[in-house]
Amino acid sequence: MGLAGCHIPWNDPYPAGTTAKPILLRAFSAPPKHLDPVMSYSSNEWGIISQIYEPPLQYAYLKQPYTLEPLTLTRMPDVRYLNEKGQETTRDRAAFSEYTLHLRGDVRYQPHPAFLAPNRELSAERIAQLTTPYELPTGSRALTADDYAYAIKRMGVRAYQSPILDTMMAHIVGLKKYSENVSQAYEKLKETRSGGGFFDLRPYAIEGVQVVDTQTLKIRIKGVYPQFLYWLSMNFFAPIAWEVDAFYSQPGMKEKNLSLDTWPVGTGPYMLVENNPNFRMRLMPNPNFHAESYPCEASEGVSRALLDDCDQPLPRNGGVLYTLEKESVPYWNKFMQGYYDASGVSSDAFDQAVQLSSSGNIGLTPIMQEKGIRFLGGVQPTIMYFGFNMVDPVIGGLGENQRALRQAVSIALNMEEYISIFLNGRGVAAQGPLPPGIFGYEPPPVGINPFVYRWENGQLVRRSLDEARALLEKAGYANGIDPATGKPLKLYFEAVGASPDDQARLAWLRKQFAKLGIDLVIRATDYNRFQDKMRQGKGQIFMWGWNADYPDPENFLFLLYGKNGVVATGGNGVNYANYANPEFDRLFEQMQTLPNGPERLRMIRTMVHIVQQDAPWVFGFYPRALALYHHWYHNAWPNMMANNTTKYLRVDAAERVERIRQWNEPNRSALWIGLAALLGMGAGAIWLYRRRQQQRAREEGGSC
Amino acid sequence: MLKYLIRRLLYAIPILIGVNLITFALFFMVNTPDDMARIHLGAKQTTPEMIAAWKQAHGYDKPLFFNGNAEGLDTLTDTLFFQQSVRLFTFDFGLSDSGRDIGADIQQRMWPSLALALPTFLLGLWVNITLALVAVLFRYSRVDKTALVAAVLLMSISGLFYIIGGQVLFSKVLHWVPISGYQPGADAWRFLILPVLIGVFAGLGAGLRWYRTLFLEEVNKDYVRTARAKGLSEWRTLSRHVLRNGLLPILTGVVVVIPTLFMGSLVMESFFGIPGLGSYTIEAIQGQDFAIVKAMVFLGAVLYIAGLILTDIAYAWADPRVRFK
Amino acid sequence: MIALLWTDVLVWLLVIMLALWGRLAMRDALVRARWQQVFASPLATISAIILITYLKLALLDSIHLRMDDGQLRSLLDLIFYHLLDASERTYSAPFATHEFVKSVVQQDGQVLQVHLPLRHVQPGMVWWDLLLAAALASLVVWLTRRGVPDFFKNGIFARSPRGVFWGTAWGVWFVLIALWLLSHHYHVFGTDKVGNDVLYQAIKSIRTGVLIGTLTTLLMLPLAIGLGVAAGYFKGWVDDIIQYLYTTLNSIPGVLLIAAAVLVMQGMLETHPDWFGSVAERADLRLLFLTLILGLTSWTGLCRLLRAETLKLSAVEYVTAARALGAGHGRILLRHIVPNLMHLVLISIVLDFSGLVLAEAVLTYVGVGVDPTMNSWGNMINAARLEMAREPMVWWTLAAAFVFMSLVVLAANLLSDRIQQVFNPRNA
Repeated sequence: MGLAGCHIPWNDPYPAGTTAKPILLRAFSAPPKHLDPVMSYSSNEWGIISQIYEPPLQYAYLKQPYTLEPLTLTRMPDVRYLNEKGQETTRDRAAFSEYTLHLRGDVRYQPHPAFLAPNRELSAERIAQLTTPYELPTGSRALTADDYAYAIKRMGVRAYQSPILDTMMAHIVGLKKYSENVSQAYEKLKETRSGGGFFDLRPYAIEGVQVVDTQTLKIRIKGVYPQFLYWLSMNFFAPIAWEVDAFYSQPGMKEKNLSLDTWPVGTGPYMLVENNPNFRMRLMPNPNFHAESYPCEASEGVSRALLDDCDQPLPRNGGVLYTLEKESVPYWNKFMQGYYDASGVSSDAFDQAVQLSSSGNIGLTPIMQEKGIRFLGGVQPTIMYFGFNMVDPVIGGLGENQRALRQAVSIALNMEEYISIFLNGRGVAAQGPLPPGIFGYEPPPVGINPFVYRWENGQLVRRSLDEARALLEKAGYANGIDPATGKPLKLYFEAVGASPDDQARLAWLRKQFAKLGIDLVIRATDYNRFQDKMRQGKGQIFMWGWNADYPDPENFLFLLYGKNGVVATGGNGVNYANYANPEFDRLFEQMQTLPNGPERLRMIRTMVHIVQQDAPWVFGFYPRALALYHHWYHNAWPNMMANNTTKYLRVDAAERVERIRQWNEPNRSALWIGLAALLGMGAGAIWLYRRRQQQRAREEGGSC
Repeated sequence: MLKYLIRRLLYAIPILIGVNLITFALFFMVNTPDDMARIHLGAKQTTPEMIAAWKQAHGYDKPLFFNGNAEGLDTLTDTLFFQQSVRLFTFDFGLSDSGRDIGADIQQRMWPSLALALPTFLLGLWVNITLALVAVLFRYSRVDKTALVAAVLLMSISGLFYIIGGQVLFSKVLHWVPISGYQPGADAWRFLILPVLIGVFAGLGAGLRWYRTLFLEEVNKDYVRTARAKGLSEWRTLSRHVLRNGLLPILTGVVVVIPTLFMGSLVMESFFGIPGLGSYTIEAIQGQDFAIVKAMVFLGAVLYIAGLILTDIAYAWADPRVRFK
Repeated sequence: MIALLWTDVLVWLLVIMLALWGRLAMRDALVRARWQQVFASPLATISAIILITYLKLALLDSIHLRMDDGQLRSLLDLIFYHLLDASERTYSAPFATHEFVKSVVQQDGQVLQVHLPLRHVQPGMVWWDLLLAAALASLVVWLTRRGVPDFFKNGIFARSPRGVFWGTAWGVWFVLIALWLLSHHYHVFGTDKVGNDVLYQAIKSIRTGVLIGTLTTLLMLPLAIGLGVAAGYFKGWVDDIIQYLYTTLNSIPGVLLIAAAVLVMQGMLETHPDWFGSVAERADLRLLFLTLILGLTSWTGLCRLLRAETLKLSAVEYVTAARALGAGHGRILLRHIVPNLMHLVLISIVLDFSGLVLAEAVLTYVGVGVDPTMNSWGNMINAARLEMAREPMVWWTLAAAFVFMSLVVLAANLLSDRIQQVFNPRNA
């Protein structure tokens, strides 16, 4: 190590020797606020806790389309359909569905002090000395079905702020009643014990959640809700040991930032051993991790090289070091120097990293290829769209005129240009609400949006501006002039954000509307007020995006379901366009519970056509994720739904060290030149001073 | 002296109350507690129940200044303002809106801030004074004039240019130092050297001019002439007599800054990714975390007042002629 | 047709006030001599001419017209109208003829990667443009010299070296005309990410910088003078309250106070959409509020200075004499005190100017500066940070902001040095 120390590049941002360990070097751009799975719901937080917690199911890493597989279960949950009386019945007559989860027996928790009873009764002095839980002796225990039930019980406590409680109440039998009871009890406890204290949820029971034995859990759902399985792959359903809850509830823990929110405890492949969200976080392999091996099966189209590690034990690496990197500029620079293993591609770095090959495919520039950098890409299960507020008198409503206006705008907003200017081509212009990879998505020409595009010579062609102008005239605004005022029609766009990039986007947007003679007024505000406006249905045109919670068309189409209207629900819906079409709503209710199949596809086709015609959104684009990674980084694959993929990755640390040394040779000669110049200036000053002194002495001598 | 200090300390209390009042009024005019709840609960599917729960958990469910529902003294004390201010005065900053303990965070982040600010400050002081002395040494000559012009030039360039230029040159092109980041302990110097040097460089113009004027005033006094007449070399006269007598004004200008060094530098820290209090503040402003901003404003005010009192003490210590009323 | 924004009105008001005050002050032979002494220095003369040029450009940019299409355009926009329509697709370097990045084109069924030519450049005109600019600048200078023969007689430039004066005037005219001519044929400072001309942005940023630098001081003056003089003159409890006020304000870290106030302001703008009709008006209102906020947080320094000076002045013999003779407070204040404070006020205007221009950039970086849709040096620097990380670097946005910003700050610094030197009683 001492010898290696001499060769460390001067600009190595890590402690000595870090790059030589078989760990992944990653960055996080914002401190994660919550690591408690009951409330954490943002991608950066999930990126960390998904490596630590294990919900019952997971997405198969190398499979397309997205497929669920058991994680802590011996097999996929069994489903039984029950009638009102609790007797087994067929799917279409079901009043309830019952999911039975069979746990595997070899799953154990990571080492943690909570599993030793004395640690749950620490003195105040001992707690005051703690900075991390791992300063205490640790224990472990096997995972039981009770832990899964405990997690669902925690979800029910209102004060724990679960973001999905209201959604789950509609599905899990008895959750609503339980939640009301337990939340009240919690409030009472808080009043009597101001210092907090352990709120033990074990005595409480949820009607629909039944622990049969240590390895078996039954969950009863209202009606038929096949999407429930997807929820079971999310961290909300990750097991929580009551001992951990009790441990962190000791008075004084919270004040030391010791809580489930900061020091998670799970059964997964990693444990969080360092947590300074203002600076860095470190994951180490969990020594108690159950047997799991690298997958040996992959769908077609997956590179065979990804199967090299087949059957090897997971995790394939020695941990992860996350460093806080708030700005994209240093992140990119450090990636190029080799100090991060992988990086996304910001639009500013894009054209130095990526070029389109002669066949129109994305490829890397020679600079990148020289460095041995490789890339991954894939269309995300996400849609970005421009919404029209359908309760707005000018642009909303299902009338012929307003519809024509919206269709005209849909044509004029040239998404291909947007993608090329602002995303460098990292996106696909959307034809409807469903992104690729989601059941019901159909590539053009079948899935074409006929109101905006034509299919010519095997290619998508955007309809011409003349057609848009004709529609505008039909809407009553010939040449964009509003007959009521005699001036150009004024529309309002609710903008969020203030960066120079946003400014360029807004300028572009105004240009698009100007093509029709419409004057688009930008109302820029902060995110808060933007949300407020949306909730009150005050906006007119806005840009919004939706990221799939789970790969089911219901998760996208419900954004347009009338009963989810943000105004109709008093601010709680997700249908920000307030679109409500009775026919669409009727179909949605039917489609919701159907299994994927021809019948469902037929319904979705009709629904998509309805919204294409009504145009409550300008279907913007499906962003394409693009990640670059270094040559020493192996087994990377873009599974957009899976969050717990860290365990599959492997790095060749020796190669990393070697390359970093090559790339970061400090420029020593410049340093010597600089130092010499400084010394020269100092010497010059001294020389000048001497000369001056002598001169003065001479003068004074002369005058005496 | 002691009496005077106690009076100064007492005088600080109304000022701190005023500070509190101003920030509090400002912040609740912008963001209703409902807004804050929504930000912190995230964008997806928030319900009124969740907002109410959050507000209660963070103590934002009380009225601002006046509680109409309470009785007697409680109308004033059972309010958001009173409850939060009282806690501040005991330096109990409570939990941030995202649920972390602010006191613990400040303690943790204070050190990187100090590690950046203190060397910048001391090195800057030393460089400025040395260069000013050199300029005075060559006063009214070509060297002096060049230095003055250079100082004005340096002053006229926004600090942002120094930072961006320095990062590009030393990190990206020459590979001398990491582009950004931080390591606690002995390794920290590799991360701090560039921001410290840039900080010193950015302050050079103004500093050089300030100290030069100060020393020039001293140089023209009689005792310096006497010293020189005694045959002391120019450099000795300067470093012995002029510097010593110039110390008092230097002290008064400098001491007031020292406590505020804890607050860190907003721009430097966020450019160089140093996890100090400056970047903490910026994040809080951008994330609209009221609890943190309030705590930082309070802390800043306390440190500023501490600086003023320290200045007085320093004054008395350096110049016994100064008396306190 | 003419549609003045709030800041337009204020900046013109400021200019008119300065002109009136200048006339009044110039009547006093002593003051006039002082000013003439200021501009006896060649550096001060050059600085003043540069500052006046910036101010003129800002003023030109502060007369807005409502165009037929409902857009607001300033006189400066009309002069540079050709640049408004000359946007390219994306980045291009200064004086480039082709785009900076390669794009994909389909040619004969083949996909190629090429640098596309720019749409709005006509190469090969540089020397002609420069020659023409030199000729025109000489003409303008010659005409002014003929037209105003007694230019130096009594004005404040009476003692400034003529060669320097006319040389600088010629230089400024030459640069302006050359830029204007060249901008017809090239993108002199290149184009930004969406192809807008960077020179145009830098020139438009002048108004923002100058307005923040001047209006802030103007808006805080009444407060600073009123409170400072009151505290120093009346002493007692008035003094206590005013001191409490500024100590409290001073104790709050400046950036935090500004940030908080800017957030309040944004909220206010949001709840009153009827205050403005367009993006430009909204940005303008935000600028106005920003100067107000900056003023509110920076009056304390001047106030303290004025208080101390007033304390000194009110003890001076002729003031005590006036008081003994039974002169009212108002008379004493207006006659004897305020006029003697004016040099302090003036110095602080010039001194603060450069600081405020620099502050704008930092505040914008922190996210509490001017509106992001507004052209400003801060916004340019902000954008440039991302560009500098590119390989190869896009340096021209930063360079343009650097040149335009540093020049005006340098000029202001040099001038304020000189003014201080002349007006500081210790040097007199």
